[in-house]
Amino acid sequence: MSAPLSGDLAQIGKSVVVKGELSGSEDLYVDGQVEGSISLKNNALTIGPHGQVKATVEAKGVVVQGKLEGNVLATERVDLRKSAVVTGDITTQRIAIEEGAYLKGKVDIQGRAEKAAGK
Amino acid sequence: MKIFRGSSGGAEAEAPPPVPKLTRRSSGLGELARLWDSEQPLCVLDLGSTSATNIRFFTEHSHKIYSEDLLVASTEPSLVTKDEQGNVVLDSRQFLADNLLYPAAHFDVVLCWNLADYLDESLVRPVMGRFWSVLKPGGMLLAFFHTKDAGPDSPCYRFHIVGKDTLEMQRIVLKREGRRGPTGAVHTALADGFRLQRVFNNRHIETLFRDFASIKFFLARDNVREVLVVR
Repeated sequence: MSAPLSGDLAQIGKSVVVKGELSGSEDLYVDGQVEGSISLKNNALTIGPHGQVKATVEAKGVVVQGKLEGNVLATERVDLRKSAVVTGDITTQRIAIEEGAYLKGKVDIQGRAEKAAGK
Repeated sequence: MKIFRGSSGGAEAEAPPPVPKLTRRSSGLGELARLWDSEQPLCVLDLGSTSATNIRFFTEHSHKIYSEDLLVASTEPSLVTKDEQGNVVLDSRQFLADNLLYPAAHFDVVLCWNLADYLDESLVRPVMGRFWSVLKPGGMLLAFFHTKDAGPDSPCYRFHIVGKDTLEMQRIVLKREGRRGPTGAVHTALADGFRLQRVFNNRHIETLFRDFASIKFFLARDNVREVLVVR
């Protein structure tokens, strides 16, 4: 599967390995390996089918097709596609899980009001 | 513990045909249903294959759901070891060091489904002990056990909650080579699913849950004994 093309999309390709803190103000597509933390507060993170991410993730939306180990905080939505393998707790407003996705962890759905109250 | 299980590559793989779902009524689930309307958010542990249906069911009721597939976790090759007699077994200490890592008295409900029937012998008792410790006093556990009439080739199902006392059952088809059992002697999984390891009778089940406060049996028509235990 090729990465989605977009003007405001940063990409980490299959052969790239990143260790450390990643933050930014554009959408990010990860098909390589990332270890550390990813913070895209107003943007979306997509972990491609070859992506292997071991990090805490904070983003507006998160789509997982590959592997993710770490807690996820998504202010809007999380999509776990059928090839997703996720180990970690997910906190989000909405979640969609395709048949075949693997999740080991907690799912906590927070409404806007709850989030605003900082619960 | 391995960070990532199996391989990705699902995107390139040919899509398997959809697995048909069967519907069954569950008296045990019906007994639990009175809890779902609780105003206090419940902590629920679902030990079957990841089910979007169950996650939706509980989150729509404002409960917290934890998902953990212990059968898949039990196929981790690094768990294989030998006991004092030299028999090949799975390392239950390592298994519990990698899985079911929750604070004591954390859950209101544990959905064990048919785990005990398919889990390797060396893991059954330690896992049941961990269930006791992670359940709150008064917390409930729902488990299904095959009766002898079910036969040794009874398929392993995943369970989706579709109503207060209604489940959809979907046969588990393993999609990754890495999820097969690690040894011939103790392997748990077959190429197309998990194999029934044993049949518990009522006395065995009572022994299994002897530390719990109460146990209630429901005999279903499909050669399954449903058990609801209270810590």
